[in-house]
Amino acid sequence: MTTGAWRPAVAPAVILRHDPVRGTDLLVMPERIVMLNDEAAAVLRLCDGGRTVTEIVDELRGDFPEAPVAADVPEFLAQVRAEGWVR
Amino acid sequence: MSDPVATGEQAVVADAPAGTDETVAVGGPTATSEQAAAVGASGGTDETVAVGGPAAAGEPAPPWAMLAELTHGCPLHCPYCSNPVGLIPRSRELATADWVRVMREAAALGVVHAHLSGGEPLLRADLTEITAAAARAGIYTQLVTSGVGLDRARLAELVEAGLHSVQLSVQDATAAASDLIAGTRSFAAKEKAAELVRETGLPLGLNVVLHRRNLDSVDGIVELALKWGAERVELANTQFYGWALRNRRALLPTRDQLARAKESVERWRERLEGVELIWVVPDYFDGVPKPCMGGWGAISLTVGPDGSVLPCPAAYDLPLEFPNVRDHSLAWIWERSQAFDAYRGTAWMSEPCMSCSRRDVDFGGCRCQAYALTGDARRTDPACGLAPDHHLITELVESAGEGTLVYRRPERPARSPAPSRVGSATPAAD
Ligand code: SF4
Ligand code: SF4
Repeated sequence: MTTGAWRPAVAPAVILRHDPVRGTDLLVMPERIVMLNDEAAAVLRLCDGGRTVTEIVDELRGDFPEAPVAADVPEFLAQVRAEGWVR
Repeated sequence: MSDPVATGEQAVVADAPAGTDETVAVGGPTATSEQAAAVGASGGTDETVAVGGPAAAGEPAPPWAMLAELTHGCPLHCPYCSNPVGLIPRSRELATADWVRVMREAAALGVVHAHLSGGEPLLRADLTEITAAAARAGIYTQLVTSGVGLDRARLAELVEAGLHSVQLSVQDATAAASDLIAGTRSFAAKEKAAELVRETGLPLGLNVVLHRRNLDSVDGIVELALKWGAERVELANTQFYGWALRNRRALLPTRDQLARAKESVERWRERLEGVELIWVVPDYFDGVPKPCMGGWGAISLTVGPDGSVLPCPAAYDLPLEFPNVRDHSLAWIWERSQAFDAYRGTAWMSEPCMSCSRRDVDFGGCRCQAYALTGDARRTDPACGLAPDHHLITELVESAGEGTLVYRRPERPARSPAPSRVGSATPAAD
């Protein structure tokens, strides 16, 4: 499971990009496109292989004061890691 | 790449993780001439949502994916090729500047994903420029290749131009068997191509079109894919369009073959980690039609070598007038052309589709197949067990047999007989 020390990075085969036509953020990979909501995109944008999960949570707390960031972010990251989109 | 989007068994992001809204299957009916599989949205059996569904009133939702058939030329002669039997000659191909503009227009229209396909796209001397134009426009590019003609220098150029991934075809598990289906010596080049792609670190997918002559080698094929370092393996049962339709009798497998192959795939799935194994179901056997491209004019478009634009790569023979990028913008073609509107949504349907609960799931099946088998593109796809014409499919399945393969070749100038028939002895020299 996700530990606070893990430094997640978007997988090399996966591109995180904004889609100006649809006004949304996307994960793009061979044969698949995933539409992201704002929170998911904000988390993934911080997955640069440099920040730890703990640091990502700390940064996002400011941006999403209403959201249960400390619980949601690690869970989300574990899910996208299981998909192979983040490592 | 697949066929009017394969159903059933495909790898699907079942529950999009919290925070990801929707996943989109790109690719589609014979999404490439290789018949590679479209991953994703399968027949409504899960929560994956196909975006772009039936056109509501007003503008259709923008397309996600484009199949760029850069050329119909190919050094191989696969009898299962889904390119049209009337291959578009090289003299009618678009110029570099046309493709550069098409990439720009596609990105502006909403295309996120482009398959650079063919034929063999490496035959285009300007492939690097076309790739760079797509990448500059922000499009994710996948090269769909036989591997023939991919040397280190060429690949380095393409990577430099922004190529994102490579899908390599192979015809069977061994050199001899693969070369026999390809109709030319090509296995060694494929092996080398796989190695070069792995060196670059680009994601590598292996695509194998399955039929009567190679379905028994599925284990060997998966072993080969692992040895070559593929991250995705698409085992795509032949969809019968173009050359495959011509060779249907000899390519159709037996039910036993299919059942055994499917069991093998399931065993591999239990063992494999980090390698995605996609099984594209054959729609002739289960009475379940393929969802047509995730909807006609809903998710993707195909641009042919001569600039004609089709909602599906299998549609060349439909009695529609396909617009051309030489005459119209891609936006006009997508939003205004009659060909893209012809089977959008569900209003065009006849019974039993019209009142069927699955009509928004499979869109009545494949239009091209309905036309090829019944002469009327609006009829229910005969692959559907509910179709009044379903007996056509069951009869075909029962009448399948050994038979001769007709290898894919360009039409010869007048006087020479139709495509040469090559038996199962030696690959045709070319
Ligand atoms: S002949 Fe074979 S390799 Fe060439 S385009 Fe057709 S399927 Fe692909
Ligand atoms: S009747 Fe038409 S809509 Fe219903 S399952 Fe068959 S093809 Fe699909």
